[in-house]
Amino acid sequence: MSLSETTITKLAGVVADSEVASAVSARANIIEMTQDAEDAVLRPKDIGAFGHDLRAAIAARVANLAGDGMLAAYYLADAGQYAALSDPNTPGAAQGQEAVLALVDKVANQTSDVTALDIQILQVAKISDPDIVRLCELVAFLAFQIRVIAGLRLMQSEAA
Amino acid sequence: MSDIIRKFTRNVPEWRPRVVPVKLKDATQEQLNALKVTPSNTKVSGYVLTLAHDVESLAVRSPLFNAIMYDRGGMSRAERELGALGASMVNHCIYCAAVHADRHAKLTRDTTVTDALFASGEEADLSLRDQAIFDFARKSAEAPPTAGPEDIEALRNAGLSGEEIFDLILSSALFGWANRLMHVLGDPVPQKVTV
Repeated sequence: MSLSETTITKLAGVVADSEVASAVSARANIIEMTQDAEDAVLRPKDIGAFGHDLRAAIAARVANLAGDGMLAAYYLADAGQYAALSDPNTPGAAQGQEAVLALVDKVANQTSDVTALDIQILQVAKISDPDIVRLCELVAFLAFQIRVIAGLRLMQSEAA
Repeated sequence: MSDIIRKFTRNVPEWRPRVVPVKLKDATQEQLNALKVTPSNTKVSGYVLTLAHDVESLAVRSPLFNAIMYDRGGMSRAERELGALGASMVNHCIYCAAVHADRHAKLTRDTTVTDALFASGEEADLSLRDQAIFDFARKSAEAPPTAGPEDIEALRNAGLSGEEIFDLILSSALFGWANRLMHVLGDPVPQKVTV
């Protein structure tokens, strides 16, 4: 995998032969493992209750919640029938995803306020424990990816 | 429940899952591989057994975590712990904050910085360099992130290289990930006293 072909470096706009590119190259293993992690949460073999299209829609929604329109557009391309859920104003009742999206939104942007009750609500809605873990891994990975991209953009604009 | 720890501490709590973890005796070979269970290593934490429900993520996350926190070069290990702590305080992950404050104190052989942070939060009186690192980690962890050009400038003024700044971006962001598992999927409770 070429470093310039990863989601993080593409969306952060890392310029070849810059100081930022050099810092990124020094951690090439981390950039590559981050791409593997994206594959694991967006396009896993064992999908549980969340197909690849629904995962992409959730990812686009979380990117929108973070104000990253470019990352949202990247994920939206794979959201298919669930594309409408990429809009954080869509509660998702029509798609049967209201409880799931309520947890997604809270874990993404009100993390400190999450309590045991939020998990119980999903359990009552018959979301299995493995699926709750899968959902949290997806949102949690995105929190990481969003912040690495945001940080690299700051470094890149400093260099510009 | 009443035994949940709600104040920041360096005393590492026990982590009590809110979902039922994978039972080791029922684990698949793929789960055992990700859990790194071998005949000589059968001790696995409840946290890792919880994450084993999503084995594909667990298998890639553990080496990524170790690379960001422990790989050679770049920013010092203690300063990466400070990045982890900044994020964990924003997300109020008591467990992560305890583990990484404790590691910072041990690596620096000094509790001053973490005492000040737990007592005064973002108002804590830190060295120029620690202040720039903590402020960047904290703002990067906000949702949406609020770190801006002035925070990068503060890191430069404190003497950080580009490689160190990228390590800080990574360590703080990594806890945007870890906090959303630890704080969401379980509760920090007092360690059981074993007699």
